Amino acid sequence: MIDPRYRLKDHSRESQLISTRLIIAGVLSVLLFGIIIFRLVILQIVEFEHFDSLSNRNRIDIEPLPPQRGLIYDRNGVLLAENIPTFSLELIPEKVPDIDATLAELTTLLSLTEEDIEAFKTRRTRHRAFEEVVLRSQLTEEEVALFSVNRHRFPGVDVVGRLIRHYPQGALFAHAVGYVGRINQQEMQEIDRQNYKGTLQIGKNGVEKQYEDLLHGTVGYRQVETNVQGRTVRELYSEPATGGEDLYLHLDINLQRTAAEALGDYSGSVVALDTRNGGVLALVSKPDYDPNAFVTGISVKDYAELRDNPEQPLFNRALRGHYPPGSTFKPFVALAGLELNVVTEQSRTYCPGFYSLPGNDHRYRCWRRQGHAHVDLKSAMAESCDVYFYDLAHALGIDRLHGFLDYFGFGHQTGIDVPGESRGLSPSREWKRAQRNQAWFPGETLISGIGQGFNQTTPVQLAHATATLGMMGTAFKPQLVRATKADTDEGMQLIGAQQADSLPIQQSRNWQAVIESMVEVIHGRRGTARHTGEGLPFKFAGKTGTAQVFGIAQDAKYDAETLAKKLHDHALFVAFAPAEDPEIAIAVVVENGGSGSGVAAPIARKLIDVYFGIETEKEADESIDE
Amino acid sequence: MNPLMNDRRNPPRAMSPFLHDRRKAPKLQWSSLLQRAHLDGWLLLGIIIFSILSMLVLYSSGGQDTAILIRQAIRIGIAAIFMILLAQIHPDRLKDIAFWVYAVGMLLLLVVLLFGTIGKGAQRWLDLGFFRFQPSEIMKLAVPLVVAVYLAERPLSPTYPRLLVALILIAAPVFLISQQPDLGTALLVGSSGLIVIFLSGISWRVITGFLALCAAAVPVLWYFMYDYQRRRVMTLFNPESDPLGAGYHIIQSKIAIGSGGLHGRGWLHGTQSHLQFLPEQTTDFVFAVIAEEFGLVGVIALIVLYLLVTARGMYIAAQAQATYMKLLAGSIALTFLVYVFVNVGMVIGLLPVVGAPLPLISYGGTSMVTLLAGFGILMSIHTHRRMMSP
Repeated sequence: MIDPRYRLKDHSRESQLISTRLIIAGVLSVLLFGIIIFRLVILQIVEFEHFDSLSNRNRIDIEPLPPQRGLIYDRNGVLLAENIPTFSLELIPEKVPDIDATLAELTTLLSLTEEDIEAFKTRRTRHRAFEEVVLRSQLTEEEVALFSVNRHRFPGVDVVGRLIRHYPQGALFAHAVGYVGRINQQEMQEIDRQNYKGTLQIGKNGVEKQYEDLLHGTVGYRQVETNVQGRTVRELYSEPATGGEDLYLHLDINLQRTAAEALGDYSGSVVALDTRNGGVLALVSKPDYDPNAFVTGISVKDYAELRDNPEQPLFNRALRGHYPPGSTFKPFVALAGLELNVVTEQSRTYCPGFYSLPGNDHRYRCWRRQGHAHVDLKSAMAESCDVYFYDLAHALGIDRLHGFLDYFGFGHQTGIDVPGESRGLSPSREWKRAQRNQAWFPGETLISGIGQGFNQTTPVQLAHATATLGMMGTAFKPQLVRATKADTDEGMQLIGAQQADSLPIQQSRNWQAVIESMVEVIHGRRGTARHTGEGLPFKFAGKTGTAQVFGIAQDAKYDAETLAKKLHDHALFVAFAPAEDPEIAIAVVVENGGSGSGVAAPIARKLIDVYFGIETEKEADESIDE
Repeated sequence: MNPLMNDRRNPPRAMSPFLHDRRKAPKLQWSSLLQRAHLDGWLLLGIIIFSILSMLVLYSSGGQDTAILIRQAIRIGIAAIFMILLAQIHPDRLKDIAFWVYAVGMLLLLVVLLFGTIGKGAQRWLDLGFFRFQPSEIMKLAVPLVVAVYLAERPLSPTYPRLLVALILIAAPVFLISQQPDLGTALLVGSSGLIVIFLSGISWRVITGFLALCAAAVPVLWYFMYDYQRRRVMTLFNPESDPLGAGYHIIQSKIAIGSGGLHGRGWLHGTQSHLQFLPEQTTDFVFAVIAEEFGLVGVIALIVLYLLVTARGMYIAAQAQATYMKLLAGSIALTFLVYVFVNVGMVIGLLPVVGAPLPLISYGGTSMVTLLAGFGILMSIHTHRRMMSP
């Protein structure tokens, strides 16, 4: 039986019927597509010229108007970062009939180098044919004039003026202000690309990076009609860019310059803070480098030279340099001893020139081999007696010492408004267990008490802790930027000081005692820095430090002459002035400087002189001579 | 010759020496491999050529971004899986489930209308969490299937009552889809059903009457249209009246096509599309990019390619062994051409802008799946024939 669904009798007739209809549909389809092709012929052949000219001549371009980057001033209004005009030769490949011939002609006209041509060719591959490609940047005025006269010979090539960043003070502020450079691939991912249309540079370092959002501003637009060559025929509409905000820093160019000059050829760092608000008055790290080299892209060779320099000029020592604080640590240890009632101001210790832990004959040496005999807080601080502080540290124990030092920010970032700050290291029992999987030895507490051993501090930390000490516990976050000024605003917007919690010190007498002992360092008869305070109308407080770069054997003697310079001790000095009601706190670190009192302290004194406008006798004589 | 008279037990010409020789030839082995996989070589070749073209065009129009190519390749891959799966299903199974597919599709359309999430200002998408799809896409295949099965139940041509039922089967989903509102898809679903009716052999009198009715319905339709739809129709006749609004698409598209000329500006050198004057240059308006970069020569070649693929589909319809298969295959093949016509007509300014992709070329997922699923059905119909010879 045949399945009734197939209806055999109808099948061939239906098949015939459907085939006929399929053929009719096919013919209809071809006819319909005939209409489409007819229409296409009209558009693409008959009206080709009309549409071609519409496509070519009346292109509407939208050009970004990049905002002008905010300027940076020091506290006196001296420009630290500005924008200067520069001209570059740019080429739109699509508009140039014969690129090789054009390049050859331009080479003879403007003496382009092989490097220029090579760089152009690699850049060209990254752009579309209708986008302009830089052929040569930073043209001289003469070259601009030369090209302008011959411009008609080079369709698709033009001189374009731009503003680029310039640092008039050169290397002086490199580590504080930082620099801008070409936006790289990674930064491209992080920024709002719309807002960076037409902008080539971005803050890479220092204030330039930290305040990128404020400095950059908001992009504007211009809608223009362009002709066949791509030149603007007329402007249709424009929305101006909003320039970035200007920044006014706490930095003082006089202090900065004094500090940099005083460091001379030494590597090292000087940080000066305004104790009353945390403002950074000077931030110097030596050696330094010229930030202008980075703006339009530093050459590989120059960069390699900076990177491979053994003195590491690119390294920001003020923020990232790890130094043992040495004896500059002693005021903080002393305060801990007083506050935790381990010692009193009058407690006396006998210094025979060494210290031994009970039941152990290992000798921890005092820097003065013959000893200091009987010392109390004031004389121990003034003469920097190590034995007094070994004893004190031993009595405190590492746990209490570490906890107390925490208050002053050792082992923590100060929160300064420059990226890349290091935390330093304030060792503790837990730290040693976690990092080295070792128990804490009592001897390590002793050397912690004189700022050696595991302790690592950055110059910014030292200055910050010293300011906190001078202000008797009122701590401010170090801050470079004092005020901002928007493009549209008349006046400046001050950035308020950021105060941290006050330190939990109960007895104000303890502050007094430590500060008095630090005054003794400068102004006392036997103070280690007794020459530093001469000829000042006020007293200031300070502490010298000499940090060992390498360990000296038990009974050996340190002999600077026979040691390579690399192994000389680091010279340190911290101070705040005036001792009563301080205004400025200073930390000086001179790498391999040898002695804190001889090398580091005079640098701080120079800053104090400049800050308070004190003319020393010698300078006064010179000014009379002039 | 009645195909059912032959069965596998008695292959009449299998032993012919002529056939025996041909079997040894590699070409025959290749085609028997395709036959075993239930795939059609010619359609497959067409799909491969279109996929390559799609990649080339999307690379240029999408701003030379390879990410878009990878996504498109993934979509073609997924769509091809659907195609291969459907090709394995015997057409008789499709016939059995035709009504149910249609019913589920209608239900989903109602769900979308009631709960659908808003996508591009229209309620089309059904969000299933891990992916979203448009139930209207199901209807592109379900409507011709159900109408073909229904009309093939009785001898052709259909009687008037049966014709009325068929029209209602078509009108119901078209109405729901136009309410989303998605005029483009409604148009395509409607045509796929009407093509079945046309193929089923209704008299020319009825066809003329229907066309007259359509002409009369235009004013009524106009009354029910949404504002944006009216604007699109108006700008079709005079695009310059609204250069920054609805006419912008058509003006820019015509400039792109016209400036292509005979040979085009060359691959990657279309300025209209690269300067982003052209809207939707990777989706609905991709044809304008092709016309700008490859010129008249290129677009005529493309259209011929579309006609060849359709011709293969119609040949499959003519070769099909059951009436409903013929109707279904013919509808799928011709609807494919309607897709092309609607898109190209829109891009060159002959039809209003309704938002329909260029089949197999445009960037986008759902329509690609539906298209290749349709091709899968064609392959299934062709390869499940009971052969006179193996």
